[in-house]
Amino acid sequence: MTNGWTDVSNADVVLVMGGNPAENHPVGFRFVMEAKRLRKAKIVCVDPRFTRTAAVSDLYVPIRSGTDIAFLGGLIHYALSENKYQRKYVEQHTNASFLIAEGFGFSEGHFSGWQDGKYDKSTWQYELDGQGYAKVDPTLEHPRCVFQLMKKHYSRYTPEVVANICGCTAEEFLKAAAMITLAAAENKSGTVLYALGWTHHSFAVQLIHAAAMVQLLMGNIGMPGGGVNAQRGHANIQGSTDMGAWNYLPGYLKLPRANQTALVDYLKANTPKPLRPNSLNYWGNTPKFMTSLLKAYYGPNATAANSYGYDWLPKIAEGADHSWGTFFDEMDAGKMEGLISFGMNPVANGPNTPKMIRGLSKLKWLIVAENFETETAAFWRAKELADKEYPHSLKAEDIQTEVFLLPAACFAEKDGSFVNSSRWLQWKQVAVDPPGEARRDQEIIADLFLAIRALYEKEGGKGAEPLLRMQWNYARPHAPTLREVAREVNGVDLATGKQLNGFGELQADGTTACGNWIYSGSWPEAGNQMARRGQVDPTGLGLYPEWAWSWPANRRILYNRASTDEQGKPWDATRAPLRWNGQRWAGDTPDYKADAKPDSLAAFVMLPEGVARLFAPDLVEGPFPEHYEPAESPVENALHPNANANPLLRVYRSDLDSLGSAKDFPFVAITYRLTEHFHYWTKHTSSSAELQSNFFVEVPEELASEKGIASGTLVRVSSARGELEGPALVTKRLRTLKVSGRKVYQIGLPIHWGFVGKVHGPLINKLTPSAYDPNCGTPEYKGFLVNLEKIG
Amino acid sequence: MKPKQSSRREFIQRSTKGAAAGGVAAATGNAAVGESAIKPLKTAHTHQSTSICPYCAVGCSVVVHSLGDRAQNVKPAIVHIEGDPESPINRGTLCPKGASLEEFVQSDRRLTTVQYRAPGSREWRRISWAEAVEKMARRIKDSRDRGFEATDAQGRTVNRLRNVAMIGGCTDTNEINYLLGKFRFGMGLVSYENQSRL
Repeated sequence: MTNGWTDVSNADVVLVMGGNPAENHPVGFRFVMEAKRLRKAKIVCVDPRFTRTAAVSDLYVPIRSGTDIAFLGGLIHYALSENKYQRKYVEQHTNASFLIAEGFGFSEGHFSGWQDGKYDKSTWQYELDGQGYAKVDPTLEHPRCVFQLMKKHYSRYTPEVVANICGCTAEEFLKAAAMITLAAAENKSGTVLYALGWTHHSFAVQLIHAAAMVQLLMGNIGMPGGGVNAQRGHANIQGSTDMGAWNYLPGYLKLPRANQTALVDYLKANTPKPLRPNSLNYWGNTPKFMTSLLKAYYGPNATAANSYGYDWLPKIAEGADHSWGTFFDEMDAGKMEGLISFGMNPVANGPNTPKMIRGLSKLKWLIVAENFETETAAFWRAKELADKEYPHSLKAEDIQTEVFLLPAACFAEKDGSFVNSSRWLQWKQVAVDPPGEARRDQEIIADLFLAIRALYEKEGGKGAEPLLRMQWNYARPHAPTLREVAREVNGVDLATGKQLNGFGELQADGTTACGNWIYSGSWPEAGNQMARRGQVDPTGLGLYPEWAWSWPANRRILYNRASTDEQGKPWDATRAPLRWNGQRWAGDTPDYKADAKPDSLAAFVMLPEGVARLFAPDLVEGPFPEHYEPAESPVENALHPNANANPLLRVYRSDLDSLGSAKDFPFVAITYRLTEHFHYWTKHTSSSAELQSNFFVEVPEELASEKGIASGTLVRVSSARGELEGPALVTKRLRTLKVSGRKVYQIGLPIHWGFVGKVHGPLINKLTPSAYDPNCGTPEYKGFLVNLEKIG
Repeated sequence: MKPKQSSRREFIQRSTKGAAAGGVAAATGNAAVGESAIKPLKTAHTHQSTSICPYCAVGCSVVVHSLGDRAQNVKPAIVHIEGDPESPINRGTLCPKGASLEEFVQSDRRLTTVQYRAPGSREWRRISWAEAVEKMARRIKDSRDRGFEATDAQGRTVNRLRNVAMIGGCTDTNEINYLLGKFRFGMGLVSYENQSRL
């Protein structure tokens, strides 16, 4: 979240789209209800299903799964053509005025530079002056300025076109647009709450970019009650992203590429130059972040002479992608020998379950550390436990994978910090010891790491140096305390041995060490800030600056400098997170230099532009979001039939990776959660298992009557990957949609079951495709095609 | 919140009184019978720890009540988990999942021993931690020795490992994720994913 849960009550407009917080984040949802009660906020819910959130909204608009960019593109068109955007904000705080190179354009579903299945992005760049700064036209009139290009791009997204693609009516769309754009007034703010309904698409990054564009046009970024707010669905997935997964090091530093053979090459490639004279360009400090990380990793082994151990980090090939879909494909092809899973359950969670199971059965070994025996730990028992459901699975005797299932402590048995959706790092205490022989994760990791190291010390072996040079200097190396680790993450001044107060103190000369620069300040000399329990709220905006600690720098609202105009005057004096007192900024931790005069620097200090990006040249399939159909779609793309799906859609080619067509699979399927369950865990606890014991298939009324299905009738749902059975639940919640002149039905599939646990049921991901977003590698779990048959 | 705790003597005294008088209070329903007559809450003498709900990322604070943690030879046990009234996020409230957290911790399905499944076997077999660590370290090293690339085809130093992958879960704390990162980069693993990206 750019803002936070407690800030949602400051909103005048709440757009909930791609999420269902009333059901899935019920305690957080009370801030939406507070906004409604205290500020008379308007709640707009746009969703394929009439959800519990929809039930308490002021307006509900149904849309076909996977058409959100069309809807948001329609909002952009509406705001620009009806003059319902915050003009001064757009002029001052976005790249609307930036000029784009000659030759940029869009036609027939592709941006300029499309050739042989790839983009040459040379026309997507800013036009620079002699000093390397972007040229701008503050009047926003230049035909090649971002504002005019944006206006032209979205001119196609009329209410009628939106309705035709999304399946709502133009009137419904217009009602929503009028309500959402109430936030365009300078003294109004609107929030956007989203979750996996947005990220589970093959154009997810572009979708969120589209939401950011809407929020920038409304002047909502940096405002209390504003922002683009991801409702993260698991306790610490925000933290795991912060700490580096996939192609990242901690703190969103990129993993080195093979052509960055020396540290200096890496820093050159990853340290941006300012694109405007007034841009602070904070990523210009990348050398400080990176060198301090290397000092934390390699300790005294990292010296200026060896570029702080840079050689020891792995380097991935240029253009390589080692995301989920790629390495499970490699596993399925027999190229992987082992998998270590710390509390993760790919058989249940990954798309295309048959492929997950077949991949695991090709491994030499699998290590799973868990609270329970999961489907992943028990993948080799799929045939024994649920033969009918996993026809592709081998018999246990024919699976040669050696499996280690390690009993691990649960949340209450270990300390450490979780980051919630609001970016608040909250510290847990140890309540009791783990049961039986179960152990804490840090002990399991340390034991394994040190045992492997001991083998290399004794026997030698390939690549011993990177392994042996990693610093592991904990008081008890086999049982590091998480307090020690948290202090290492915060960072230390190596000359004085004192904890750093924040990332402003980091150095690029090896005199500071810091495990994750964005968490620097969480454990200074004053102690563990994440364990703070202060209740004060000096701004009255629900920021609670002394409760826990928020990254970065305990800032509660990101981009808060944009809550004022260029001169420092708040857009809304009754709701100002920051005030310029003549010398300094007061209020929330400023997202700005604390003593810089309002007109001295641009507001978006993390971006080389100094302003927010309406036009984002770094995304792979276009600088503006465009509506593409999901990998499997019931209709052709109404905007450009020749560019139906995302041109850079990532798919894999094994025999289990087939995609279906509407001829065989005419219905759109969506997956969702129920409030009584958490993912695939609570089927192991009695009350959740009792409250929602059975899987069901949610079927729209009209389709049910066509097929003679009643609630309770046994039905079969099939996709190109597999099929499953369950009782139907016939509801009015999934309205029949009219798309491109045709009736489209959507079918709802709750997740939560599997073949182990107190209650059993089919794994929904048997049906989902191996189709992924090309920017981030997230799978398309929503908006795929199925068939529905009555069997009972 | 500072952990609160009663002395063992106080605990026994109060429990005895409570047990004796509880029936009276319940039978008469008369609050005026006095404090000593009311059956004490099961949380009255517990050790309280604060924690965070491990489910969705709203980040509700919880108070975990445990008993028996100061006596010798007694393994403390969690008796109750409730919403933390001081949290500005949840103000003491919890959702249906959070409200049944105690069942999650105490579930009879919790793993308490190391289980091993040999190639081609139809069953789990219990092994010791020592045996498991020795075996796992050997498997990892053998795979790494086969798969480690010190340089790529163009002779550039890459120090990477592609035949082993690692995935992390959604309740791994920041500190655990940091240690997993050190493990990852020590090994040279490039295939490293997390629940956060699915």
